[in-house]
Formats: sequence, structure tokens, C-alpha cells
Amino acid sequence: MTARIGVVTFPGSLDDRDTQRAIRLAGAEPVALWHKDKNLHQVDAVVLPGGFSYGDYLRAGAISRFSPVMETVIEQAKSGLPVLGICNGFQILTEAHLLPGAMLGNNHLHFICRDQKLRVENADTAWTSDYVSGQEIHIPLKNMDGRYVADEHTLDELEAEGRVVFRYLARGGATNEPGNPNGSLRDIAGITNAAGNVVGLMPHPEHAVEALVGSGRTDGLPFFTSILKKLVNA
Amino acid sequence: MSRTPLDTVEHAAETPDVELPWAELGLKKDEYEKVVEILGRRPTGAELAMYSVMWSEHCSYKSSKVHLRQFGEKAPQSDALLVGIGENAGVVDVGQGYAVTFKVESHNHPSYVEPYQGAATGVGGIVRDIIAMGARPVAVVDPLRFGAADHPDTKRVLPGVVAGIGGYGNCLGLPNIGGEVVFDACYQGNPLVNAGAIGVMRHEDIHLAKASGTGNKVILYGARTGGDGIGGASILASETFDDAKPSKRPAVQVGDPFQEKLLIECTLEAFKEKLVVGIQDLGAAGLSCATSELASNGSGGMTVTLDDVPLRDSTLSPEEILMSESQERMCAVVEPSKVDRFLEICDKWDVIATVIGEVTDGDRLEIFWHGGKIVDVDPRTVAHDGPVYERPYARPSWQDALQADDANKLARPGTSEELKSQVLALVSSPNQASKKWITSQYDHFVQGNTVLAQPEDSGMIRIDEETGLGVAIATDGNGRYAKLDPYAGAQLALSEAYRNVATTGAKPLAVSDCLNFGSPEDPAVMWQFAEAIRGLADACQQLGTPVTGGNVSLYNQTGDVAIHPTPVVAVLGVIDDVARRTPVAFQEEGQLLYLLGETREEFGGSAWSQVVHDHLGGLPPKVDLERERLLAEILISASRDGMIDSAHDLSDGGLIQAVVESALLGEKGARLIVPDGLDAFTFLFSESAGRAVVAIPRSEELRFNDMCGARGLPVTRIGVVDGESVEIQGEFALSLEELREAHEGTIPALLA
Repeated sequence: MTARIGVVTFPGSLDDRDTQRAIRLAGAEPVALWHKDKNLHQVDAVVLPGGFSYGDYLRAGAISRFSPVMETVIEQAKSGLPVLGICNGFQILTEAHLLPGAMLGNNHLHFICRDQKLRVENADTAWTSDYVSGQEIHIPLKNMDGRYVADEHTLDELEAEGRVVFRYLARGGATNEPGNPNGSLRDIAGITNAAGNVVGLMPHPEHAVEALVGSGRTDGLPFFTSILKKLVNA
Repeated sequence: MSRTPLDTVEHAAETPDVELPWAELGLKKDEYEKVVEILGRRPTGAELAMYSVMWSEHCSYKSSKVHLRQFGEKAPQSDALLVGIGENAGVVDVGQGYAVTFKVESHNHPSYVEPYQGAATGVGGIVRDIIAMGARPVAVVDPLRFGAADHPDTKRVLPGVVAGIGGYGNCLGLPNIGGEVVFDACYQGNPLVNAGAIGVMRHEDIHLAKASGTGNKVILYGARTGGDGIGGASILASETFDDAKPSKRPAVQVGDPFQEKLLIECTLEAFKEKLVVGIQDLGAAGLSCATSELASNGSGGMTVTLDDVPLRDSTLSPEEILMSESQERMCAVVEPSKVDRFLEICDKWDVIATVIGEVTDGDRLEIFWHGGKIVDVDPRTVAHDGPVYERPYARPSWQDALQADDANKLARPGTSEELKSQVLALVSSPNQASKKWITSQYDHFVQGNTVLAQPEDSGMIRIDEETGLGVAIATDGNGRYAKLDPYAGAQLALSEAYRNVATTGAKPLAVSDCLNFGSPEDPAVMWQFAEAIRGLADACQQLGTPVTGGNVSLYNQTGDVAIHPTPVVAVLGVIDDVARRTPVAFQEEGQLLYLLGETREEFGGSAWSQVVHDHLGGLPPKVDLERERLLAEILISASRDGMIDSAHDLSDGGLIQAVVESALLGEKGARLIVPDGLDAFTFLFSESAGRAVVAIPRSEELRFNDMCGARGLPVTRIGVVDGESVEIQGEFALSLEELREAHEGTIPALLA
């Protein structure tokens, strides 16, 4: 048996089909979910993909968070449904208060697209169990509003509880690119909720699942194999 | 306030002596008289608005038409061409039942006035052309040219243009996979913002811009129509017909990529259900263009009720509605029985859609407003029978002197130390420096099919996950070469783009072009234009790559000073299996470096002559199209058979530029030996065409040499991938660190 993983399409979602492909490549069954439809069609997990839902108007993720599908996602996430938010999906999760903090405009005020080095800080979540803690990976990053912020207390709490899942790392080697691409506080690239079923990150694992396209690496595939194993073994 | 009565067709016939502001709308006296002759009466205000905008240079190609014909007349026989010049974009067969449509367009003038929106709506416009053919857009490319890199205005224009392209394209979910960024003082005040797009569809999904089938409905869908981008029509509306209205409206359109993304998805869904008979996007000249083109390309006539057009501003006059260039709108022709389903799909995507008219069995385009008929024309006379000019042209008097000012006679470096410092000057010069600061503002991952993106020689997209079928695109142009010899310059642009496609392993199939020139009213510019087209058409014929469409941008000049003639050529190629693509970066230490082709003393228009001597003179490199074809065949075979691991075309900046780029991208150095018969300077800096440098695994050396020998391509072993520096034996070595700092530091220092 395999697992059914839903991918929500909001108006302005861009990486929904890429995410479906990544799920398929991992061996699970992707299920397209529509923002106007509250019904999650018996999926075992949900991915909120990247893009500019509602054109990022008002604030990234601020409108999508009120869409019909999110009512159900929010409700079920609270009772354990695994949810992954990638980039715009992460923004939606913070707007929906499933994850703490918020995303501001990049500190250099430009869109940035590059292959980003990360360290896996927590390999115990539903979406990261196929990594090992401390593993260094490369995942493409592309966004305009990717600067993670939260108050000091929240940041301390996230760190104390091991809920920082990914941190930005300097690439090292010949290039002098700074590691933190956007001014995110404490180099945070991704976090999880206390239960570990909801994970959000700015980089795009669905663009690192085939050696031939995208970043040319497959460092993102474990996101999707992690959740598949969890669901199948459950 | 007194309102003049509605200027209907009837009213126009009754009031022949009313003076219309045809001159303010840009029509010449004889053009206006031709309109009167066609109609047999004076035009109504709405008709005048339509004719004036459709007969403008931008829409009618009146100065360029007589020359552009050569692309058709000299078109090579090609089985690949499914739809040629004249439609929204050309369509090429790439095999396995797939068709690819692609086109390059200019958005030069708006981008100077308002860099962000000008560039953004340029992307939006070209993408709608692609959707209108029935295809899903899969990638964009952006050839850009700006004034001197250190000019203060470049710092205003460039960041705005780049942010606009990124802001729009990123939000649409289209990977940006290629293009160019060139700086030259000649583009000061006239930046060139060209935008290209590629779309993919199945053969049976090709759609055309025509309205046929009496009773079929004309549906306008997408954004509401507003007062943006009206330009000349507001003069007509405000000054003649209603003095009380404000006449100042923005002439540059404002883009909403989110709306366009919805338009893409909703249009593709309608195509999938076979709901669309004909389709046209609304770009330049808005509804005037869409209705007249759809009607004139179809079998019948068309009636349109302008009152039904959804408006953003309820005070718009009918002339303004017809002229408005509000973005993100399309016009579809749909059978009555399918209208409900079409509207349902639009509703699903929250796209406003309205039936505004229908196809009739007559041959007139009739437009109504408040119950009165304000347009009654033969649509062909609006869309296709515009004026055609045989503008005078003459080889400029200064051309001989320019060519006589031989760059080969410029002072060359006398010592190894000087050679080394000139190499550093070259790779750090704005034109040769890394453009990462710019391209990292574009998403090149989205859609998950990007195999290669800039700074690779061509951008490559996988179009079939099962078979690995892919397409490649490269855009190139060199205004300096074209200034020295426009005929050769156009051919060199084609040669380079053709070579770049082949270097990555793809077979060149077809061409689109964006022809950027000064004022056609200057005989010298017109000569450059005529020569460039003749050169490009001849070369396309010889290389077997038909021109499928493109765009002409004239009047790129300030006062008497025109830009360098800048034909930008896009070549589309196909590759059977993208797993066989060849990247630019060095892959493995120990691999052998071979130079393919012949190196001559050719420095006219070269990057070296610009960087070291600020010089432009002499002749551009010699064109040899048969050599280009042979080189391409070798590169494609070698890629298919796994003989080469990396390859880079040689063009501006010559061999040293190519080697430095491959080394920095691969983070591996190279040791080079100056071949017998060449001096180090010529070896490093010559810009002879028809060349590439390849890296070959030692195990393939024999086979590769045999292949080149058998086919008669000169090859020279020039060194090996090795170490942490680029070393020219007996001359100098530059560490990768030093080179990286020089190559990657320039653009951020100027612009960040």
C-alpha cells in the first residue's frame, strides 16, 4: 500500500505540480486539492506548495489562510495530520498560526534564487525522519519574503524545544556567499510545531528530487520518503 | 458642460466637414485621406482611433514590411515548421507529437520610461502570445541592453527592469533560463528590453487567431479594462469629444502577474476541453487589434457591443475602451453551446468573462455603443491593409572610415605581465563579468523541468519526463559587430545562437528575432536595417533554420544618435534525451581541452578592443556558415555519443573568457599551452567565429579526434583541466580565487 498525499492549489500556486511529481517519485500517490473545496478527500498528509497565492497581495499567505480548504487543514493539523508548508506554504502556516513567527521581505530587498546549503537540526519530524540530525544538504531557495522573524521568547522556545528543523549554512569552498540569504533570525530556514507533524521551510525540496533537473541534486527527496515511511508504517 | 452627440457612423456621414485630430494621433495626411477613401466618408472618432493605432509603426510594420518579406521568400524548406510568420508566434514540430512555440519581442520604450512596469508587462505580453497559440508557457528568456554600466541612469533603469522581469515572471511560475545583459553607451536613453518565451503543446492543440462560424460568441476575459496604456487615443477622447474630462492618463501599462497566472490556467483548461474556436491576446492596440485581427483572419464579420466590456473606470469613452492596453486580457471565439462551460471555467479561476459580441455572416466589423453604431469597417483594412513604406536607405558616409579603422592594428600587450592584466581587465569588465547578481533574481527552478539555465550556453527544458525529450533556446546579438557590418553582424548573431544551442547538445531548428534599430526615417539606419535582414534571411536559408516570427523595434534613438543596429536572434533547438546535455562547467580533473575551429587575428568589434582600447572599428569576425553547421554536427554527435563532458562556445571575449567561465563554474582550473602557429595574445583574445572549447575524457580522445578528422573539422589540443588556477604555460597563471573576485565582483559593486 502507499500513502495519499494532498497538494493544495491556491490561485497563484506555482510549485503544485512539481510537488506532485516529487511525491510520485518518492513512491506515494499525489492528490490535487482545490482551495475552494473543504474536503481533503481522505489524504494522509497535505503539502502547501510554493508560489504567490493571491499574488501575495496584502501579505504573503494572508488571504490563502482564510480559504475553505485551510479551515479543514487547520482543524486536522491540530489533531495530527502531517502538513508541510514550502515557501509560500510556510508563509500560509504562520499566517494560520499553525507555526509561530512571520516572514518579512528579504533584507537585501531582492528576490533571490540559488541552491542553498542547510543543516538538518531535527530529524524527528514527520517530514525529516529520513535525514540524520546534523546532516548538511543543499536545497534550492527562491523567494522575495523569506526573512523569518519571531520575538526573542519564541525563538528561545523554538531552540529549547528542538523545533528549529533547518538552518542556513554558508556554502564554503571557493564562493564567498554568505550563508544566511535573507536576514532570517538565528539563521532559521524551517521550523516545526511541538507535535512534529507540521513543518514549514522556505527552501524548496521539490526542486531537488532528480539529478537531471532543478539543482541537479536529490537532497530534497527524503522529505517525501520520510512522510511515506511514516504513513505506511503507521 | 455640453456634450457633443455620439459620433456614430450615421453622424459621421452627415457631418463630413468635422475636423478630426488625425495628426495628433500620429497619422500622416495621406494616411488619413486613405482612411476616408476606404470608408467613403470621414471616419467616426472610434474608427479613427482604431486605424491610427493599427496603422502605427508598432502594429503595422509599415517601414519594415518590405524587408521582412525576405524571411518568407528565402525561408528554407523545413519539415519542422507547423505555423509560420504572421500568427501570434511560430510553431515548430519537435517530435513525439509535441509542438513548441516561441517568440521574442521588445518592450524597449516603456522600460525606459518606467523600468519596472515596462519590463514586467513585456514579459506578460510575450507570455500571452504563447498561450494564444494553445501552448503552456514553460520558460522565458530576457536579452537586455543598457547604457554604460557606470552611468548613473543605468542604476535607475537596470535594477527596475530586472526587478520587473523577476516580479512578473517569478509570480507566473515561469523559469527564466537565458538571455543576455550587455552594456554600451549607445543604449543610454534607449535601453533594449527584449523578452522571449517558449510554450509546449501537442500538435492537435494548436490554436489560431481567427473568428469563424456565424453565431459563435466573442468572449472577453481577464482583467477589467481601464485607462492605462491609452496613449494617443486619450487626445481624441478628451480634446474632441468631451472637453471636461481629464486627459492625462498613464501611457505605460501596469501589470498584474497574479491575474495573468489565472488567465494561463483558465485558458489551458478551456483548450483542454476543446471549447475554443479562435483566440487572440490583447496587447498593443487592445480591443482594436484583437477584434480586427480575429475578424479579418476568420471567414465572417463580427459585431461587438462595447457597453458589455467590464470596466475599471466607468468614465471611459468608447474610443478609450477600444484603445486601452490594460494588461491580462484575452479574447476567445466560442460556439454558443460551449459558452456556459467556458464561463464556468473562468468562474472557477475567478476570472471575469463576458460575451461582448458574435461572429456574423457578413464581412464587416461593427461596434456599438449606447445603441449607436460607432464602427463599421472592413476589418482587413484595419488589421492588414495599412500603409507600406519603401523608406529610402543608403550606406552611411562614415561606414568606410569605420571599417578602415582596423582593430587588428591596436597596440597589443608586450609582456606576459601585460597580457595577464588584460585578461583580468577583460573578465572583470561589465560585459564579460558574471551576471549572477541579476540572474539570481529570477526563478529558474519552477516547473521542475529546467535542465540548463544561464550562464549555460543555452537554456534547456525537459518537455517529456518519460522520454527525456527537451528543447533548448539561446539568444544572441552583438551590436558592435552589426555596427561595423550589419549584414555580417546579423549573421554572426544567428551563428552564435545556433552554436550555443549545439554546444549544449541540441539540434537547432528554428529562429525568432527581435530587430532593434534607430529611426527608419534616417536612411543610414534604414540601410542598417535592410542589410541586417538580408543577412539574417540569407543565413537562415543556408543553415536551414526558418524565421518563425519576431518583432521589430524602431526609433531607438535620442536626437540624431541611434543605437548600434542590434538584431537579437533566438534559436530554438531540440534534444532527444536531456540526459545527454553538455554543460559549460569543467567536470573532472585530467580531462583534455580541445579547441574546435580555426583562430585568426580577428579583433574588430571585440571585447578586448572595447575593454583595453575603448575602440570600435575594422571588420567583425568572418562569417562561415558551413563551418558553423559542421561544428554543430560535431558537438551534437559528441554529446549524443558521450564523448565530451563539457563544452563552451567561443564568442565575445574569446577563448580566455570561455575557459575562465568553465573553470569558475566547475571550480576546477586549467593548464593551457599556446598552440603552434599562434601567439598567446591571439590565442586568448581572438573572436573568430565557428569555434568552441570542449573537455574530453582521456578514454574518448581517439574516438573524438577520428570523428573530427573524418568530417574535416580542425581541432587542436590546448591543455588539460587541472589545479586551482588558469595557467597559460610560459605566460602567467591566475588563481581561481583571483579570477572569481574579478569576474563576480564587478556587477554587485556597480549595482547593489
